Amino acid sequence: MNTTARPKAPGAKVPKRRSRTRSTVALKLLMAVTGLLLVAFLFAHMAGNLKIFVGAESFDHYAHWLRDLGTPLLPETWFLWIQRLGLLAAVAGHIAAATILARRARRARPVRYAHRPRVQGSYAARTMRWGGVIVVLFVIYHILDLTTGHLNPIGDKQHPYANVVADFAPERWYVTLFYVVAVVAVGLHLRHGLWSAARTLGQRTVAGERLVKAAALVLSVVLVAGYLSVPFAVTTGLVK
Amino acid sequence: MDLKLRVWRQKGAGDKGRMVTYQVTGISPDASFLEMLDVLNEKLILDGDDPIAFDHDCREGICGMCGMMINGVAHGPERATTTCQLHMRHFADGDTIDIEPWRAAAFPVVKDLVVDRSAFDRVIQAGGYITAPTGAAPDAHATPVPKADADAAFEAATCIGCGACVAACPNGSSMLFTAAKVAHLGLLPQGQPERGTRVVEMIEAQDAEGFGGCTNAGECTAVCPKGIPLSLIGRLNADYRANLLA
Ligand code: HEM
Ligand code: FES
Repeated sequence: MNTTARPKAPGAKVPKRRSRTRSTVALKLLMAVTGLLLVAFLFAHMAGNLKIFVGAESFDHYAHWLRDLGTPLLPETWFLWIQRLGLLAAVAGHIAAATILARRARRARPVRYAHRPRVQGSYAARTMRWGGVIVVLFVIYHILDLTTGHLNPIGDKQHPYANVVADFAPERWYVTLFYVVAVVAVGLHLRHGLWSAARTLGQRTVAGERLVKAAALVLSVVLVAGYLSVPFAVTTGLVK
Repeated sequence: MDLKLRVWRQKGAGDKGRMVTYQVTGISPDASFLEMLDVLNEKLILDGDDPIAFDHDCREGICGMCGMMINGVAHGPERATTTCQLHMRHFADGDTIDIEPWRAAAFPVVKDLVVDRSAFDRVIQAGGYITAPTGAAPDAHATPVPKADADAAFEAATCIGCGACVAACPNGSSMLFTAAKVAHLGLLPQGQPERGTRVVEMIEAQDAEGFGGCTNAGECTAVCPKGIPLSLIGRLNADYRANLLA
C-alpha cells in the first residue's frame, strides 16, 4: 500500500468537491445517452438517403413527407422542428460533456512524458476528440448545403434530389472529399464510441465486451458504407 | 550488460527536474530492474553524488510500492509484472532506457522517481471499506458466497494500488483502481450495506483529487501488474448509475 505519512507536496491543490451530476462518470453517462440518440438519428437519416437509389420522385417525396410528419396532430413542419431541437440539445450536451472531460483530462496530467510509445489505445479511441470536431464542422457545412441550400449550386428546396446530384458532381470533388472524410470520422468515432457507450451504461462481462466491440465495428461499417454510397453513386454517374 | 540510462532527476517538489544520462556497466541479466538501479546508486554514492530516489518495499511484486515509467510503459515491457519483478534479461546489451516517474497532477513528484500516491488512500477512505462485523476466520463459512463471485472479487482484490493505471491512462484517470475496489467489495455479501454510497463517494473523492475521467482506452489494464480487467469499470458505471440520484 501507499504511505500516508509523506508530507503533501507544496503546490498540491486542496480537493474540491463538485455536485454529483458533474462527476466524470455522470458526464460520461450524458455523453453515452446523447451519443446513442445521435446514432439513432444517423441510421434513420441513412435509410432516407438510400431512397435516392429508388429514384428522384421517391427521394423528393420522402423529403416532403418529413415536413408533413405529425400532421394533422401538429401543424406542418412542427414535428420536424421538435426533432431538430432534440438533436441540437443532444449535440450541445455531448460536446459540453466532451469539452469538460477533455479539460479535466489535460489538467490531470500537467507534465508530459519525455518518452511515450502507444501501448493499447486504438486509433479510433485516440481520435475521439479531434474526430468529433471534424464532424461538427462538417454538420454545419452540411446544413448550409442541403438543408438551407445556401452553399448548394442549385439550392432548390422543392427538389432535394437535384441538389444532391449537383453537390457531388465530379468537378466538385472537394465537396465529395470533405463528405468522405467526415463520414469516415463518424465511423471511427462510433467504432470506439458504441462500445464505450455500452461500457458507460454498465456493460461488464468479458464475453459481452467482445460481442459489443464486434457489433460496434459492424454498425460503424454499415453506416460508413450507407453514407458513402450516395456521393459515390453520383460521382460515378450511377445516380444522375 | 552495459546500458545507457536516462533518468528523471528532481531534487524536490519545487525543483523543475530534468532527464540525466548515466552509463551502467557489468549488469547481470538476472538482476531485477531495481537491483540494476541499486548498482548505479552505489556508484553514485561512492562518487559523492546524490543517489536516485525510487520507491520499493517487498521487491516480490505484492506491496505496490515500486513503479516507474520504463521507456514510456508503466512497470516496463513485461505484461503483468511489477518493476521489482522485471529482470534485465528483457533488455538487450547496449540498450538506452528512459526512466520517468508516474505523471499525474494527483501524484506530485516528491523526489526523482518517487511520487506521492496518498490521493489513493483518500479515495479508499471515502468508501473503500465495509462496516459489517465479519468475525474471525471460522465465521467466514457462515456466509456462503457463490464461487464465481468469490473468484471475481478475489481477482479485483489483487489490486496492489501501485498507480500504474493512472500513469498509463491518457486522461490521468484512476478509474481502474477505483473500479477494482468497488468490485472487490460490491461482489461480496459483506460489502452490500455500503454498495450504493461507496461508488458515489469514491468517485467524488477521485474527481476531487484531480484524476481525469475514463474513456475506455484500455491503457490501464495493459500495464496493470495484476491484470485487473477493464470490464470492472462497467460494474462501477452500473453501480454509479443506479445510485446517481439516490
Ligand atoms: C454524429 C455525431 C456524433 C455521434 C453519433 C456521437 C456518438 C458518440 C457515442 C455513442 C459516444 C460514446 C459515449 C461513451 O463513451 O460512453 C461518443 C463519445 C464521445 N464523443 Fe461523440 N458523437 C458525435 C459527435 C461528437 C462530437 C461533435 C464530438 C466533439 C466535438 C464528440 C466527442 C466525443 C468524445 C470526446 C467522446 C468520448 C470518447 C470516449 O469515451 O472515448 N462526439 N460519441
Ligand atoms: S516493491 Fe513491492 S511490489 Fe514492487
